[in-house]
Amino acid sequence: MPSLGADMDAGTVSQWLVRPGDHVSKGDIIAVVETDKSTVEVECFDTGTVGELLIEPGQRVPVGTVLATISTEQPAATPAGGPVERPTGAGREPPPAAPAPPAETEPPHVESPLVRRLAHRHNVSLSSIRGTGPSGVITREDVERAAAGPTRIKASPLARRLAAELGTDLATVRGTGIGGAVRAEDVRRTAERPAEAVPAEITPAAPAEPAPVVAVPPSKPVDAEERQADMRQAIARAMARSKREIPHYYLGNTIDLTYALEWMHEHNRRLPVRERLIPSALLLKAAAVALREFPRLNGFWAAGDFVPGDGVHLGVAISLRGGGLMAPAIRDADQLSLTELMTALRDLVSRTRSGRLRGSELTNATITVTNLGDQGVEFVHGVIYPPQVALVGFGTTVKRPCAVDGLIGVRPMVTATLAADHRATDGYTGGRYLQTVARLLQRPEELR
Amino acid sequence: MTPDEAQEMIEEALQEIAPGPVLNELRPDDDLRERLELDSLDFLNFVEALSDRAGRRIDEDDYPELVTIETAAKFLCTRE
Repeated sequence: MPSLGADMDAGTVSQWLVRPGDHVSKGDIIAVVETDKSTVEVECFDTGTVGELLIEPGQRVPVGTVLATISTEQPAATPAGGPVERPTGAGREPPPAAPAPPAETEPPHVESPLVRRLAHRHNVSLSSIRGTGPSGVITREDVERAAAGPTRIKASPLARRLAAELGTDLATVRGTGIGGAVRAEDVRRTAERPAEAVPAEITPAAPAEPAPVVAVPPSKPVDAEERQADMRQAIARAMARSKREIPHYYLGNTIDLTYALEWMHEHNRRLPVRERLIPSALLLKAAAVALREFPRLNGFWAAGDFVPGDGVHLGVAISLRGGGLMAPAIRDADQLSLTELMTALRDLVSRTRSGRLRGSELTNATITVTNLGDQGVEFVHGVIYPPQVALVGFGTTVKRPCAVDGLIGVRPMVTATLAADHRATDGYTGGRYLQTVARLLQRPEELR
Repeated sequence: MTPDEAQEMIEEALQEIAPGPVLNELRPDDDLRERLELDSLDFLNFVEALSDRAGRRIDEDDYPELVTIETAAKFLCTRE
């Protein structure tokens, strides 16, 4: 059961969309899960064949419960740098002295965030590395060795020729020669053996922390009122945790939107309704682009250290009709054009309110943006969604008298606020970030 | 378009955007955005639904005409 947010303890499998024996690819939607807040489509995080479905539809289980197994055939090599650390048992060519056993199923054991960052920087998949530290922990040296590229495998010339003829990857052959060198008979033995399937748990790649042990009440049909109550509880847990654990600091900056709104109005004049922009799209885009310059506001606080996000994935706070709140993510929001961002926003809001979000959308956000302008709010002093380290708020746009070129003018102004985790950044960084958002909104044509 | 036809069209568009019991209690002079708690995106969807049904372009400059059912119906009738 994937953790679909810091406020989720358990979920109910409402429907399986695959059967044992089905081939699935990474990213395929394989099940529908009911959480306290929504109905979520759960994606597969690996490619292979569905083995066993371990949880019956209707069963409510805690986060972390294995829902199903996937058999992944032993491939010759897995591309390094995949974003998901998977216990696939496959990987880059291991050093000959310690070839990875073919049915390795242990997940990569990494304790240090520094090692994770190093692997990320070198584009090395941790699941492909065999740890040489105590209890198999992956060390900095292991990552550097993997990043340096594959080591030439010790093998006899005959073994190499035979492996090439039989299409056998030498990296998958356990050598029995001197110093672990692969001999011809090792290759023959491997080639005769049917490809071993490796069971893999379906678990998310979420930055969520280990799921707490919870008492799981039995499954029962959920009516709207009950879901409201459950959602309130889920929000309560996450927000209480945030205020308990995160030392927030708050900053605000009032931004003149004259040029931005004039530009948008002119832009929209040429377009059919479905392609028009709303001010929120400009604000989201500016918030996302500015984060490129301030990566320490974009990521997570985990295991006592800051872990940068793997992109700017904006969690957008969306209020639900009848109460409640969700913050699914727009992936790589800084890379999208304004039109693409607007399309993504419309789609996300529509699916959030109709209860058709995907699991990855609930776990990928690297920062949250909330816009309460439509509710007439002027200032947002946000509560950070853990384990994220910042939340950006926008209020309503109000016409205010202000000094313009030495004269008093009336301008549309919005107040942008930042709630940030003082463990990850200081007010100086937060202040410069808000200044950058303001600067970007003075040149809206460049946000396209 | 008659006022009745315009009103029916507006109610259909609202039904698509913000279905719910409040819609049945809506009075012709109620502020749509306030009463139905429409945000900017909802309002854009309403404009799109109305534009599709009426078969005509509705510009941003026309948005102030779409405050209530009454004003919106008048706008649709006079824009023919």
